[in-house]
Amino acid sequence: MTWETVIGLEIHSQLKTKSKIFSGASTAFGATANTQACAVDLGYPGVLPVLNQEAVKMALSFGLSVNATINKNSIFARKNYFYPDLPKGYQISQFEIPIVGNGVIDISLENGENKLVGITRAHLEEDAGKSIHDMYDEFTAIDLNRAGTPLLEIVSEPDMSSAKEAVAYAKKIHALVQYIDICDGNMQEGSFRCDANVSVRKHGDKLGTRAELKNINSFKFLEKAINLEVERQIDILEEGGSVVQETRLYDSIKNETRSMRSKEEANDYRYFPDPDLLPVAVSEELLLEIKKSLPELPTEKKLRFVEQLGLSSYDAEILTSQKEVADYFEAVINKGADAKLSANWVMGELSAALNKNQVEINDSPIPSNELFVLISRITDNTISGKIAKDVFKLMWEGNGSVDEIIEKQGLKQMTDSSALESIIDDIISNNLDQVKQYKDGNSKLLGFFVGQVMKATQGKANPKQVNQILNEKLS
Amino acid sequence: MSLDNNKVKEIAFLARLSIEDSELEQSTKELNNILGLMDQLGEIDTGGAEPMAHPLEMSQRLRDDQVTEKDLSEEFQEIAPKTGSNHFLVPTVIE
Repeated sequence: MTWETVIGLEIHSQLKTKSKIFSGASTAFGATANTQACAVDLGYPGVLPVLNQEAVKMALSFGLSVNATINKNSIFARKNYFYPDLPKGYQISQFEIPIVGNGVIDISLENGENKLVGITRAHLEEDAGKSIHDMYDEFTAIDLNRAGTPLLEIVSEPDMSSAKEAVAYAKKIHALVQYIDICDGNMQEGSFRCDANVSVRKHGDKLGTRAELKNINSFKFLEKAINLEVERQIDILEEGGSVVQETRLYDSIKNETRSMRSKEEANDYRYFPDPDLLPVAVSEELLLEIKKSLPELPTEKKLRFVEQLGLSSYDAEILTSQKEVADYFEAVINKGADAKLSANWVMGELSAALNKNQVEINDSPIPSNELFVLISRITDNTISGKIAKDVFKLMWEGNGSVDEIIEKQGLKQMTDSSALESIIDDIISNNLDQVKQYKDGNSKLLGFFVGQVMKATQGKANPKQVNQILNEKLS
Repeated sequence: MSLDNNKVKEIAFLARLSIEDSELEQSTKELNNILGLMDQLGEIDTGGAEPMAHPLEMSQRLRDDQVTEKDLSEEFQEIAPKTGSNHFLVPTVIE
């Protein structure tokens, strides 16, 4: 019996404003508890929320980036529930008319194919404070610094049919919000949070009952949590049971999802329009201004890399999947380095070294201008590609710049063809057996001779030149 | 539309209102009276009217994204029932 998985994601993306969505308190991360929570954030009587225009602009940037309908008049509503980190007893959110309506985003799947995922809506709302459960034995400690931080909640259609697709979608949104500079994307600090709605059904049936997975703070956990939940639901259904609609917490330490019964009873949020806030009007002029200010989006950049730089679609996808990587790559080629070679170096040696040492590309010990110099030394035949890898390693370890290392270690390629010829003559006269076999048709032996030359020159011979001279002398 | 006692109990719970069983009948009756008034509105044909989100014919004023608030946490914490290490303390919330 085959089951079909249906997944929709709700992504909470903290907007990078300086101040809160409805108050002038700072949103900076990491301040002493409660020092950035003002009377509005604390829900004191008599305060009035006033909307931050930057938050509105950021929401519109997102909407335009996913070709969404923009609602010219959106409405804030109160979502009512009681929890200590929500002092007002309601969260200001958008319900009936969100600022961003239907949109669509193109995701790349592992098999190289693309898939369109629908975006149902994206709405503005305020974040809640933080509850700390392990600070005191008999109390829960509340820090309201986060209360009132602007969030854009991005709701997808249930268009994903596997955990991998859900991750590809989440990564795409993650990259997009950083490209358009509305969110720092820091998942550890909670700036970018994913909830997954997961259900299963038999092929062609109507949608099954879904469970909502919360508390997922990495893409790896998103994949794990969804796969666990799919297994759990299939087990229940195959034993003749039925799935309960509920919220489940993902526990990354135990690698399980478990029911969060406390939230079930309070599922009726009794939304109503917030009388403190008027409808938000978006003018054509504002939309036009934002449209003009949007940077090149990942999909556009990818297309340009393929069409103008001649990169493969696969390479272009990898290079544009993170803004920082794309920026680094572009910095290298903008100085004049060969695009394909640069792509190989960024995705190859550099990525490997970054991964191995768990360093972000922005903190790379090899800045983009040094990688440019290194690649230029290959193309101008100063060093071979093989030697370049050694130089890269030495540079990574902090042994100086490309040119210093080449100079100090004497790594310059031999350009003197008469010197090379005499080395090759020696090798030929010392290996007459192999020369005979080669001439009798064992063409594979060319590699043996090239190897001998490289050994004799400590890798400093130009491989092209070696091949050329060997071909002449052995024919 | 009319409410029964159970629905009123549920609404009271959601709004954290405590209603004694002895008051329940009375509360249900009063709420239903109010809903009766609402029902009168249903007699009007509103087919062509757009839903109103706010009685003022204005749109929301926006503010610049600037930090204007000072740290008043000491004053706020002074009037809180219980605090510790700059946090507000509340009875343990069980997840």
